[in-house]
Amino acid sequence: MLLEIKEVSKIYGNVWALKDVTLGVGPGEWLSIMGPSGSGKTTLLNIIGCLDKPSRGSVILDGADLSSLNSKQLTEVRRDKIGLVFQQFHLIPHLTAVENIMVAQYYHSMSDKRQALGALARVGLADRADHFPSQLSGGEQQRVCVARALINYPRLILADEPTGNLDEANEELILGLFRELHAEGHTLVVVTHDPDIGRLSDRQVSLEHGFIRCVQARSGEV
Amino acid sequence: MLRGSLANEGVLLVFLRMVRRSIVKGWHKKVLAVMTVTIGTALAVAMLNVSLDIGDKVDRELKDYGANILVIPNVEAIASEIEGVGLGARGIPSYLPDGEVPKLKTIFWSNNIVAFAPFLDVQASAPSGGQVPVIGTWFRKTLVVPTGETVTTGVRDIKSWWQVDGAWPDDESGDALAIVGQAVARQLSLKPGDSLNLAFPIEGSHNHTVKVSGIVSAGGEEDKQVFVPLPWLQEAVELQGQISRLEVSALTIPKNELARKAENDPESLTPEEFEVWYCSAYVDAIAYQIEEAIPGARARPIRQIAESEGIILGRVQLLMALLALAAVVSSALGISNLMGAAALERSKEVGLLKALGAYDSSVTWLFLAEAVLIGLIGGAMGFALGLGLAMFVSENVFRTTLEVKIVTAPAAFAIAVGVTVLGLLSVARVIARLEPARILVGR
Repeated sequence: MLLEIKEVSKIYGNVWALKDVTLGVGPGEWLSIMGPSGSGKTTLLNIIGCLDKPSRGSVILDGADLSSLNSKQLTEVRRDKIGLVFQQFHLIPHLTAVENIMVAQYYHSMSDKRQALGALARVGLADRADHFPSQLSGGEQQRVCVARALINYPRLILADEPTGNLDEANEELILGLFRELHAEGHTLVVVTHDPDIGRLSDRQVSLEHGFIRCVQARSGEV
Repeated sequence: MLRGSLANEGVLLVFLRMVRRSIVKGWHKKVLAVMTVTIGTALAVAMLNVSLDIGDKVDRELKDYGANILVIPNVEAIASEIEGVGLGARGIPSYLPDGEVPKLKTIFWSNNIVAFAPFLDVQASAPSGGQVPVIGTWFRKTLVVPTGETVTTGVRDIKSWWQVDGAWPDDESGDALAIVGQAVARQLSLKPGDSLNLAFPIEGSHNHTVKVSGIVSAGGEEDKQVFVPLPWLQEAVELQGQISRLEVSALTIPKNELARKAENDPESLTPEEFEVWYCSAYVDAIAYQIEEAIPGARARPIRQIAESEGIILGRVQLLMALLALAAVVSSALGISNLMGAAALERSKEVGLLKALGAYDSSVTWLFLAEAVLIGLIGGAMGFALGLGLAMFVSENVFRTTLEVKIVTAPAAFAIAVGVTVLGLLSVARVIARLEPARILVGR
């Protein structure tokens, strides 16, 4: 398993956002986490993405127990092993597309413009490298976000509602991109409301009130 | 800062681009920050310049209130200080040789001696039958000191508040001219141009006539005295080359613990302390050096004046220092608020950088680079503005031209960058507390 989640709970005050969640993700697998608002899927994503720590239980990513790491060590895991794709894209507005990708390189190791341009070409935006986010469409911004997530060769790509802010045409483009990444052997964990994404993934995990309601494989097995 | 030894051109470029773009994008806020630093630095530079320069100037101005060191013959000096006249053993007057006076300008702090005048005190009988003190002095004499330097000094420089109705006598002319205190002039009905007969208590030809060149109004004992050129009086009373006392006006620095220790007991100083004390312009140190230079002389600070000068100067400098400190602190607070607000405004960017793997310190470096740039620009502008302000204060408050102290230039940059970096503390706190999950994904 690339990712092992064992009896993870997250408690805010007296509210249980997650309760005893146990889950595993294998290398090259595409897992979708689904569920209504407040079901705990974003909390789970934050914990997997080293942006938050569980109150109980353990998370093991690529052999490292995240629950025992301090804030600085979690930053390093996030930097070295995880690529993040956000619903709101979160590009730095005063940097161009290629510079936004180079920032991720900069905090990982070294900036390499040629490689950053290659990543943009990979998502079909070679000609938009010097455009600022405000000059790009929503779909283009999300593709830059995907290119940024891929640039440091992460072990796991985590996406939070990657098509949530896109129109149908751009949604298709992003889904096509995710299919390609999956076909290339990338491991994807995607939080989504979108049943189309759920259908494309290897497994769908449905959360409700912090519990896993059901896990459904693409084959239809529950 | 630049991620270890892997820094290359690309790394530096990204860092600089992030800084540059951030500045260009939020230029209006940066202008506000630069202005805050500029104002704080300008006030600090102005106060610093005024404090450093006006310290000397105020000290010089205070010298207008008279001498601060009295030099008398060493014999029974205590009695002399009380009487104001050099009296030796059994009340016999004692004198200093006037040839030793120029040696004043050979001491370590010779440049701090701004004026001096010798005095020969003699009692004479006036035509009315009463006694009148006759003082021989230099009014304004030019002399060559042992160092080869030409010095012009005298009672006109040391008693600059004296007002003379008429003309000052000329030291070099050799004429029997006198200025008469206004009380004497009133008593003897004298006016400029009149003659005054004086009888000195010596054997032989003891009657002399002097021409009154002016009436002096000094507001003190001097109003009851008659002042004549020193060489003329020395000859008249057959005391050639002799003086009773010497008054010295010297630029001094306020006393501190070391000076007070030396004042109580100079022997108690360690060799190191003595060296520091000797090489500092304390009034006692200068008096000590005068005694070394003039054999047989005893030099004593005139306490009231010396201490008042020290107190006034100390207070003026403390006031300036407090104003400078207030300017720096208020500027730091202003910058802190501005930069803290800027960091909060850029919380998405900060959160993203942290999510991408930036340490808190790496993100702080971005803000630090901006802060240093703001500090440098604010420092340069603040220095220029501060000099202008210092000149204005100097000319309008102290009525003097400011002498720019070059040391305030690096101080200005240090203050500006220091203030900005100090203001960065709030940014570092914002960055450390900011959770990327809350900003980027929500909980």
